[in-house]
Amino acid sequence: MTDAAEIVLEAKHFSLARGGKEILRDVSFQIRRGEYVTIVGPNGAGKTTLLKCFDRLLAGGEGELLIRGVPAERYSQRELARLIAYVPQADGRLIPFTVEQFLLMCRYPYLSPFASVSKEDRRIVREAMERTDTARFAERILTTLSGGERQKVYIAAALAQGASIWLLDEPTTFLDYGRQAEILALMAAANRQFEVTIVSVTHDLNHAVLETDRVVALAEGRVAFNGPPAEIMQPDILRQIYGTPLLLVDHPQAHIPMIVPRVNGGAR
Amino acid sequence: MNKTFVLSILLALAILTLLVAPFVGRYPVPLSDLWQSGEPGTINVLWKLRIPRVAMTFLAGTALAVSGMVFQAMFRNPLATPYTLGISSGASLGASIYIAYFSERWTALILGIPPQTICAFAGAVATILLVYLLTTRAPKGSTTATMLLAGVALSFFFSSLILFLQYMSDFTRSYRMLRWVMGGIESIVDFGNVWTVLPFVLAGCLLVAYLIHELNLMLMGEDFAVSRGVALESTKMLLYFAVSMMVGAVVAVCGPIGFVGLMAPHICRLLIGPDHRTLFPATMLLGGAFLVVCDTLGRTIIPDTELPVGIITALLGGPFFLWLLFSRKSGFHEF
Repeated sequence: MTDAAEIVLEAKHFSLARGGKEILRDVSFQIRRGEYVTIVGPNGAGKTTLLKCFDRLLAGGEGELLIRGVPAERYSQRELARLIAYVPQADGRLIPFTVEQFLLMCRYPYLSPFASVSKEDRRIVREAMERTDTARFAERILTTLSGGERQKVYIAAALAQGASIWLLDEPTTFLDYGRQAEILALMAAANRQFEVTIVSVTHDLNHAVLETDRVVALAEGRVAFNGPPAEIMQPDILRQIYGTPLLLVDHPQAHIPMIVPRVNGGAR
Repeated sequence: MNKTFVLSILLALAILTLLVAPFVGRYPVPLSDLWQSGEPGTINVLWKLRIPRVAMTFLAGTALAVSGMVFQAMFRNPLATPYTLGISSGASLGASIYIAYFSERWTALILGIPPQTICAFAGAVATILLVYLLTTRAPKGSTTATMLLAGVALSFFFSSLILFLQYMSDFTRSYRMLRWVMGGIESIVDFGNVWTVLPFVLAGCLLVAYLIHELNLMLMGEDFAVSRGVALESTKMLLYFAVSMMVGAVVAVCGPIGFVGLMAPHICRLLIGPDHRTLFPATMLLGGAFLVVCDTLGRTIIPDTELPVGIITALLGGPFFLWLLFSRKSGFHEF
């Protein structure tokens, strides 16, 4: 992305404490329109919290969070929903709505009270289902979907919501390799074809390095790294972030360092 | 099952009960009394007793069922109803305090409403306010189960206070309190009470209709609703307001009536699914019709005796609900 693109998300010295514990400390970074950014970091580093703050699922905090240059708290929740779609971590609790009913509910920010969904809403939902290859289970009940199917429906939901900024919380966790690739392909397609700005929390640094524009690493609530993906793949930087030595080898095609598991007790 | 079909059946059922119930009872009433051309005695039974009572019962059933539906969606818990959260106990406490301390000094009607009813209404609304404050001021991360437990604790606390008041009162007052707590619609005479309660129920239901999309989204979880653009705090406040108006008015006039608020929404969910756009009208119709049937049975099943409607609701609804619950092949999703 060129530097000329508008800054759509920005944290300025943002700190947040919950229950006496500081979760985010003096976090500052910018994300421009059309960027594909991954947020990484160890468990409990504040990644999910940061996403939730941008979508105002969590309130409060010191410093500023700006969305398209305007402080987040100045938006109504409905205005925010037209700009930002939040895709939560896979949640066990689901309601027996059908996929189509569920997706139509995501048109809420455009709906007035007492109104029913319009033809236009239905068309948009249809289109979102076709793009994500979910149209074939439109009538299925959410609770009966597999993890991979469900995650695809969540991507369709973000499309249906018509927001140009997506915040995704571990979208590929719990998925097998094939399903992971499908979800990542959908995200990449949205990013390229519709200029959707994507901020994705993940534990999969390898993917981040291969596919995304930039990596922001959080450690203990602070920004520990913010830059091009290839630059984070250095043993000392990774050790600083994760507190454990990681083994790197060159990717045979891309020739970028990748993390591979260490063999305990030496090679057999 | 087709939703339009289920709704039509429920509508037909509601109309049928409303038409038949006034003619069922201890004294036979000829149909011609409807246009007031018969004997004055039976005309009075029909127009002063039966029709107002059936109308009041239908209103009460509708209001309680809709309130249950709203609380179940808001708390995402199948057991959340105004009754289980102690609101009926709050109303009973209000009425009991009036009977114990003010029944001699304060007898004047206010806007045509007896003071005991006003105290019960105040008790109900105060309890809802308390539940609202508890749920919104609770530390982050409190589960809905915690809130439900808090409501149940509140309910027991109020019940104990009522027992304490009863114990400390003389026999007449103690009996009046007991009678109030048992609930009942048998004291409804003429349309006065119906006209008092109707605007509350209408306004409450309108507000719920206004927030129907929000209810669906809240069912998916609070984070989900907020990220789809629901202004959660104001939505919750309006829903609490709607419920307090409806339940407050109904409980103040009819006394505590359990079970309708819990079961009617669940039965409708099993019949028509969790989508509030159809669940809401279904719940209104079934709640009203169900309570009318229960009350009609209550005043006819044992000759010369009127059973309080609360006894019938659970006697009739319990087994039916259990049957519905376990006859489903797909298993029961509470929502």
